[in-house]
Amino acid sequence: MSKTTTISVKEELVDLYLSNLDLITDRSSAILNRGRQAAIENFNLLGLPEAKSEKYKYSKIEPLFTQDLEKYFTPKDITFKIDDIFRCDIPEIGTDLALVLNGFYLPKGDKLKKLDNGVIYGSLAEASVKYPEIVSKHYNTIADNTSEGLVALNTAFIQDGVFIYIPKGVEMDRPIQIINLMMSDENLFVQYRNLVVMEESSKASIVICDHTLSVQKFLSNVVTEVVAKPNSNLELIKMQNEHNDSAQLSHTYVHQQRDSKVTTNTISLHGGFIRNNLNVLLDDVGCENNSYGLHLTDRTQHIDNYSFIDHAKPNCTSNELFKGIMDDQATGAFNGRILVRRDAQQTQAFQSNNNLLLTADAKMNTKPQLEIYADDVKCSHGATVGQLDMEAKFYMQARGIGEKEAKLLLMIGFAHDVVKKISIEPLRVRIDELVDKRLRGELSRCHNCPMHCC
Amino acid sequence: MLKIKDLHANIKGKEILRGINLEIKAGEVHAIMGPNGSGKSTLAAVLAGREIFEVTHGEVTFNDKNLLELSPEDRSREGLFLGFQYPIEIPGVSMVNFMKAAVNEQRKHRGLEQLSPADFLKMMREKKELVEIDSALTNRSVNEGFSGGEKKKNEIFQMAMLDPKLSILDETDSGLDIDALRIVANGVNKLKTANNASIVITHYQRLLDYIVPDHVHILYNGRIVKSAGKELALELEEKGYDWIKNGE
Repeated sequence: MSKTTTISVKEELVDLYLSNLDLITDRSSAILNRGRQAAIENFNLLGLPEAKSEKYKYSKIEPLFTQDLEKYFTPKDITFKIDDIFRCDIPEIGTDLALVLNGFYLPKGDKLKKLDNGVIYGSLAEASVKYPEIVSKHYNTIADNTSEGLVALNTAFIQDGVFIYIPKGVEMDRPIQIINLMMSDENLFVQYRNLVVMEESSKASIVICDHTLSVQKFLSNVVTEVVAKPNSNLELIKMQNEHNDSAQLSHTYVHQQRDSKVTTNTISLHGGFIRNNLNVLLDDVGCENNSYGLHLTDRTQHIDNYSFIDHAKPNCTSNELFKGIMDDQATGAFNGRILVRRDAQQTQAFQSNNNLLLTADAKMNTKPQLEIYADDVKCSHGATVGQLDMEAKFYMQARGIGEKEAKLLLMIGFAHDVVKKISIEPLRVRIDELVDKRLRGELSRCHNCPMHCC
Repeated sequence: MLKIKDLHANIKGKEILRGINLEIKAGEVHAIMGPNGSGKSTLAAVLAGREIFEVTHGEVTFNDKNLLELSPEDRSREGLFLGFQYPIEIPGVSMVNFMKAAVNEQRKHRGLEQLSPADFLKMMREKKELVEIDSALTNRSVNEGFSGGEKKKNEIFQMAMLDPKLSILDETDSGLDIDALRIVANGVNKLKTANNASIVITHYQRLLDYIVPDHVHILYNGRIVKSAGKELALELEEKGYDWIKNGE
């Protein structure tokens, strides 16, 4: 009689780590290797988020990992001529471009660029060799490896990603764009890491675009760390545009120092399964944080936005606006936690989550969560789940606008509330166009781009 | 232009219109007056195609077409305009996009080409001047944060943009101060031609000092109980509605 033993997904991942340890560490610098051991031990304790965990109640993570997915520890050779096939048209707005293919930085020239004003951007692996003092000081300092298993997993495995450094006093006049491409002839599991360091009184905009370029199944587990030093100002826009067989787990950690301002805007245009975790620590007085998000979710897609704004110090302001449109059988969740610690007097924290359900089958769970331990604060939160405004629809029809077009205009208007927060005008216009196309059911890829992203 | 014959309509099983007969010809201005709850706004809504009302009997032809068979948008494209008593706020939809969509749908229906952005903006500018609406309003979302008076002016602005054959103005005067009332009335008067017509629904005689009707109808209990010339409005102002209610 044969006896079968099933090993858990967690054990498989730990095994994967151990059996590829040489491959992983040999290619990496000491800085990236530094945290691996502790991280894998943490992961071994924490495992993947469980269904019974309140934080992951509406998103089952484990089934994503039981799919048959390949993992690579060296960049896989893919016939891919960037210049021939990838002409993204967001660069019309004049961006500095960083490309990541399946988790590895893909240079168009140097792996790391240093601009005349001292701005550095490019491969994180390369940066950890060339600028060890900067990377060492910030890498893996704010990501939570001790309670979030997926982050620990990322720290254990990652080999590359994007590094962006804005020196003291430098104000970038054009955005830096990171394009993450997934393209393979096999199903793939990919993990990588981004690190953004904003030195004192610096200012920058970063646009991150996630695309799938082939039809295979993809799972990505990505951690982005943002260090915003005193008086710095960062706008971070994330565009998620992946196909229905893709799953994305994204963890963004923002550490804000005195008088800094960080605005994130996550536009989830398309994707099979998306879980976005946003963790913001307002760690000194005078900080401003704006966290915005928009998702357009249809068919059997799933979206889950989790945010945690930690008001640790007095006199900080946070504004949160997340909106979503759900069609067909789409499912979604929003969980926005705001913590106002005892010392955080004169905190202003506002949160709102609004959802439009277009069908009776679409489902949205929303959970605002305010914990306030200070007594002199101004906080508000609100969540709505509703249908299109029939009065407004009739008003438009009474002006000759057809019913379908009226509904579209209402949806576009609903979505525009979030898009209009983007401060870079050409980008705002582009994203409005993409949202428009997406809602019209046309492919939401950039029109100059010949790639079929979804 | 518009012929209403024995029109009956219900809302949730309750009969509101109980046999309306009315004929409107090009170049005419008709005022419909009546006490609260008499069915004035229901008549406007039924003509514009609001689905919550059920037409149980009667017919309405508009330029020889069966109006009741048309969708609300087709009624508008055929040249019917409803000025709302309570204009709707549409956050996120700019006045410019709203009007561009509306004007172009109307033009498409009439077999005309879409307006170029330059021509469209020129048209916006001209009509804004005509109805004395603040330029800043048209840069905002539709009616969002507008005052009561601004909303009503915006209705007249939309009417000017769409150039309808028949305008039904549902209590456009309610909630207006005297200056706003004059501006709204001026707009309506300037838009009047020999080829179009209007129905002005109002509770008070006041508006009719500025928009002089050719015919005045009194609607009571779902029926037109009295029709006459403009002098009827003055008589109403003097006597109130009681003499109608008491069946004098």
